[in-house]
Amino acid sequence: MNRPLSALDRPNSYIGRSVSRPNAKRLLAGRGRYVTDLVLPRMLHAAFLRSPYAHARIVAIDVDAARAMPGVRLVATGADLAKLCKPWTGTLDHFKGMTSVPQLPLPLEEVLWAGQAVVAVVADSRAEAEDAVEAIVIEFEELPAVVDIDLARAPGADRAAAGLENNLCFHSRLDTGGIDTIFADAAHVVEEEFHFGRHTAVTLEPRAIVADYDCSEGRLTVHHATQTPYQFQDLYSRHYGIPEARVRVIAPDIGGSFGMKLHVYHEDMAVVGLSMLTGRPVKFVADRVESFVSDIHARDHRVRARMALDDAGTILAMDVEDVTAIGPFSTYPRTSAVEGNQVIRLIGAPYRMRNYRAELSVVFQNKVQTSQYRAVGHPIACAVTERLLDMAAAKVGLDPAAIRERNLIPDDAYPCESPTGFRFEALSHQQCLARLKTMMGYERLRDEQATLRARGIHRGIGIATFVEISNPSPAFYGIGGARISAQDGAIVKVTPSGEVRCLISVTEQGQGTETIIGQIVADQLGIPCERVQVVTGDTEVTPHGGATWACRGAGIGGETALQAARRLRANILALAATILQAKPEALTLQDGIVVDAVTGAERISLAEIARIAYFRSDTLPPDASAQLSVAHHYAPQGYPFAFTNGIQGCHVELDVETGFVKILKHWVVEDCGRIINPLLVDEQMRGGVVQGLGAAFFEECLYNDGGQLTNGSLADYLVPMACEMPDIEIGHVETPTADTVLGAKGCGEAGTAAASAAALNAVNDALAPFGTSIAQIPMTPARLLKALGRI
Amino acid sequence: MPVAITLTVNGETLTRLVEPRETLADFLRRDLELTGTHTGCEMGVCGACLVMLDGLPAHACLMFAVQADGTRVETVEGLTGSAALADLQRAFHERNALQCGFCTPGMLISAEGLLARKAMPSREEIRDALSGNYCRCTGYEAIVDAIETVARRRAAGEAALPFAEEPA
Ligand code: FES
Ligand code: FES
Repeated sequence: MNRPLSALDRPNSYIGRSVSRPNAKRLLAGRGRYVTDLVLPRMLHAAFLRSPYAHARIVAIDVDAARAMPGVRLVATGADLAKLCKPWTGTLDHFKGMTSVPQLPLPLEEVLWAGQAVVAVVADSRAEAEDAVEAIVIEFEELPAVVDIDLARAPGADRAAAGLENNLCFHSRLDTGGIDTIFADAAHVVEEEFHFGRHTAVTLEPRAIVADYDCSEGRLTVHHATQTPYQFQDLYSRHYGIPEARVRVIAPDIGGSFGMKLHVYHEDMAVVGLSMLTGRPVKFVADRVESFVSDIHARDHRVRARMALDDAGTILAMDVEDVTAIGPFSTYPRTSAVEGNQVIRLIGAPYRMRNYRAELSVVFQNKVQTSQYRAVGHPIACAVTERLLDMAAAKVGLDPAAIRERNLIPDDAYPCESPTGFRFEALSHQQCLARLKTMMGYERLRDEQATLRARGIHRGIGIATFVEISNPSPAFYGIGGARISAQDGAIVKVTPSGEVRCLISVTEQGQGTETIIGQIVADQLGIPCERVQVVTGDTEVTPHGGATWACRGAGIGGETALQAARRLRANILALAATILQAKPEALTLQDGIVVDAVTGAERISLAEIARIAYFRSDTLPPDASAQLSVAHHYAPQGYPFAFTNGIQGCHVELDVETGFVKILKHWVVEDCGRIINPLLVDEQMRGGVVQGLGAAFFEECLYNDGGQLTNGSLADYLVPMACEMPDIEIGHVETPTADTVLGAKGCGEAGTAAASAAALNAVNDALAPFGTSIAQIPMTPARLLKALGRI
Repeated sequence: MPVAITLTVNGETLTRLVEPRETLADFLRRDLELTGTHTGCEMGVCGACLVMLDGLPAHACLMFAVQADGTRVETVEGLTGSAALADLQRAFHERNALQCGFCTPGMLISAEGLLARKAMPSREEIRDALSGNYCRCTGYEAIVDAIETVARRRAAGEAALPFAEEPA
């Protein structure tokens, strides 16, 4: 029993503790308040007529019959909204040469994808609005649809939109030099052409928005299911010419986002204008079919890649070409080029390789826009690197784990830089690999695999190492001219009864943001967790900040809360010292009570300090300053990104008769720095892994040659179900970042980053005895049977 | 033309006029303001709209309100009020078996339905029983764990601790 006391034994030491989410209780009781649930007085409902064509010219629109339908209050076309809303263009300055056509809420002359909203109807009920949509007559002149990525780039190709010179949105090249010679002289070269399907977020609550423009005050309130209320406050203000201080965006409970709900959607922008035109609140909730044709899609890459190795299996170089298709324009305001850019910059990142060449082409086509979705670019970079490494292992005659051991950047080699210019502060690849092998029982699994193979049972083992970008600085968007904040702000205050409220700019979508912020504040102040209330998601209430994306909530939001709480603590102790006629250094806070720092003897409660400060300031000396509210901002400093790392393992069984894959088990070892709440981190991992496994086996937005989505319903588009998913075991290594006091990095995307790569390697491992392979995800039964030569 | 229906919702018998095309889900959410019942697909796939209909889980998106005439409907609000779900809610909370919570009411009702059918389901059986409930956030494992825990606690005869906070 002589275990040394750990930090967790101190009272109120909440950092590192599994705490259940207080705000989950109302969701369990059916008392969540989602935008979908919201009803405002005199609220109207919007529905949209959508383009049946992937690409067409609008010849004529006749809305007379629709205007006369029961309950209809407004029918608005592109021209009506263009009078109010300034167009937007989804480019960033630091992506040199990037181009995209300007967008309006509803199009004026040309529709660019099947499903694009063309005319809006606002009516007393959604059903009436939908009825009236049926009565609109539009004459379209169909134009050639750009669908195929190679045809799109051919000279003289049809263009995806009228304003484009060609279908290239962005092009980028990285080259450390001498690549052709290295490949020519290498002992081993492996190469592959990879295909990564389009998939989409399928948040269980679809996109939802209620815009409420009050003409009497010129004030706009938008209840918006989004991760990033400040970004939208800025956009609504600038595009509709409403002073920022009169725009309020409220993001209440949100039924999933995963990056999907931080982009500008045409319908959402339209709804703001519709509210201005009607002077009444207008609600739009995408139904599931609308979600499929209007939410961003993600991925859609073809990557040709090769890897050169010496005869011992050391990676010498990689050479990569990524062509990714993004729809007819680049998404606003974060663009559709970040994904491809991250693909080419993250490839090979865990390894010692120094020579690298990559070419990225981001291509327009007539499908719905693609943009950032959980683990932006990471799954592609990871799958390409890790699959090539497995192919190399087979060629060199090394075990997949052994070739990684040979090539990983050693844990003692940091800080260091990748050939693509990423700077790594401290990663733990070797430790993670060793831990993963133990957790998996790697050698035993290999033995079992051999035994079972002899009996005609085909199991596969796949591993995949990853790095993940978190805590981004302004290098991500700010330097490109986007008004997207990399800093966060918090107000922490003691209430008159001695409780604490923290109003903070990071937001909650169920990952537990409010819980960890509460833990940090309680921990730093020295008060019980239950006495901290955290408030998020309202631009009128919390300070301006970046909110939640790119795994920045814990790292940047958490540090903001920590620093704010420390300042408040200093103020509390200073005031307590004045009241007690003591020195602040001689006091500390414990369990909500100011105690003697040495003896722990109770001196005065926080509630009593608050009572005196708020109600009996007359009893304080004249120079006493009772500052029981603190506003504090924190912007990331030091490294431009805090990289996290980890490794995943996947164990599958392939039925070679049916092509079905059973995922037997999945493992993750991850290092997200300081862990604030292990329970929440683990569930972020698991949720992320399952989205990655969805991409690996099920999820794909299928289009026909005419640019029509052919599986746009939840009955046709497959998302992972409980019965298909394995148990997922999680292990941790903790390498805190030294850039912050807290030391936390992100963890929300790590699961997704490598799960599909591990699965791809596992399935290929199972296929190996048949002398065949697969380089496309999702790995559907049909594709696997084809690889096996059975169909 | 609106049609009059009479049904029992969360223990209360009520008569309302409904549009023939109104689904039970819309009726509960809009007319009765029982917004704990969610809709994620409106085609019977995702399970977000599950309610208890005459004691069995049913998709509120798949039936019209008029079809519910004469039935007994319980939603997550009612089942919370009667504490019927208290042990499940507690276990979900402890195990963090929800993130955004949008699937959660449907999950709870599925779980309750499963445990009524089978007191001690295996993990595999729990996963199978949840096949009609999509969750995009959790990856399912925590949900399976929570249901397993409740099955064990019920079998051991543990009285459910209250989930709701009592007014002081
Ligand atoms: S809304 Fe009823 S099953 Fe999805
Ligand atoms: S918790 Fe978000 S869908 Fe299940």
